[in-house]
This record gives sequence, structure tokens and C-alpha cells, in this order.
Amino acid sequence: MIPCEKAAIICSKAQYSEASFLDKLRLRLHIMYCKTCHAYTKKNKRLTSLCQKAPLHSLSEQDKVEIKRRLTDIH
Amino acid sequence: MPIEKSMTVNGLRPDTWVDQYADYLFNYAYARVSEEEIAKDLVQETFFAGLKSAKNYKGTASERTWLIAILKRKVIDHYRKVNSSKGKAEVRMQYNPNSDSAGDWLEEQVADPYAELESTAMENEELGLAIQECIAKLPKKQSRVFTMKTIQGISTEDICKELEINPSNLWVMIHRARTALMGCLNENWFET
Repeated sequence: MIPCEKAAIICSKAQYSEASFLDKLRLRLHIMYCKTCHAYTKKNKRLTSLCQKAPLHSLSEQDKVEIKRRLTDIH
Repeated sequence: MPIEKSMTVNGLRPDTWVDQYADYLFNYAYARVSEEEIAKDLVQETFFAGLKSAKNYKGTASERTWLIAILKRKVIDHYRKVNSSKGKAEVRMQYNPNSDSAGDWLEEQVADPYAELESTAMENEELGLAIQECIAKLPKKQSRVFTMKTIQGISTEDICKELEINPSNLWVMIHRARTALMGCLNENWFET
């Protein structure tokens, strides 16, 4: 069986649909026996749906660098 | 007075503002003006105004609350400008967007079918701000990776290239960020 740390990382990968078939199988087997990771997976899925539900926007890194530069320039 | 590293003005830390609050303020502004460019300008103006009036900061409100108060004014000013450029402020009350008739009385709408939709939108905005607040608490690199992946939807490959990390680094950071967010977000959000 894979260790919890690895299971948790696969679980996070799965939130972005980037876990391989084999990894997902390993994760499934793991959470059948591990209550902690079972709960973690549930919460992680919930976090994904929260992030999708919320209207999240962010400035690009370039924008931030630009604002920082302007802030530094002003007196 | 240029900003230097760890400069403190009256208990404020302007050199940390962009990393700490830019996305939070941007979400707040975006929800109100619905235009990316305008929202970005308002955030920038907020920082400028904050820097200018830093000496008036009394420290009774948190730095973020204080910046939000400035941003609120900026949003109001923005709408004033928009309205005055139209010639005069235009207030149109359309209490039934599905009806062209202007003369129906409010009594016809005792149960407002839009009230629920509106409260969901408000709840979602509140959730968005709560998430941004938690992201701001992450270590800089984690917050950047998480934001690029989750909010900006950039591919794993492109993020790795830009930040010069390998995919397993990326996933470890994403995993840590997600774990921290689960701990930071109020339990209420996790009740289904």
C-alpha cells in the first residue's frame, strides 16, 4: 500500500484531473483502509467545488510587478 | 519617499501590500465593476491613495479593512465619473427585468424570484474573498503556484517552465497549499 503522503498528493492531482489511472486505483485502495485519507479526500473534493463556486479572479504576475514598480516610484 | 524593504509607515507595511492584498482587492473590485481593466486600475489607485494617506492610519482597523474602505470610495468615485460623463446620474429602476411594462406595481412581486439568486451571488462573493484571504496567508511560492493552477488554469507544464520547477515539486506545493486552505477556511464552508 502507498503511504499517506503519497495518497494525499495523488488526491490533489486528481482535483485537477491529472492523476493517472493507476494512481487513482492506488488512491482508491488506500482510502478503503485509511480513514484519515478518506476524510482528507472528501475535504479536498469539497475545496475543489468551493473554488469553482466562488468567482475567483487574480492579477497576473506581470500586473503585480508593474503595480509594485509604480508604487516604488511615487513619492 | 520610495518604498524600501520592510518599510513601515505608521504600522502599515506598503512593501507587502501587492503580495498580501492585490488579489483580494481585485476580487472585491471585479465583483462591482465587472471589467478587468477598470478593476485593476481601481486596485492600483487604492494602493496609491493608501500610501498617500498612510499617516492618517490610526491602527484601529486591520490593514486590509482599511484598504477595502479606500477601495469602496474608489468604486463610488468611478460610478460618479461614469454617470457624470453621461450628462447626469441615471437611476433606472427595473423591478421586473422580464417585463417591458413600466407601470406594474411592486405588489405584483410580493415574492421576489430574484432574491434567492442575489443572496447566492453574495454568498459566493463572500466565499471568494475568504479563499483569497487564505491564499494570501500561504508562503509566497505556494500561493503563486496554487493561483496559477487553480484560478488562472495554467497547465502544469507551463507553470513548471515559468517557475523552473519540476512537476513533483509543483504537486507537493499544490498539496501543501490545499491542505493549508482546508485548515484556514472556516468549517462552515465545508458543511454540505
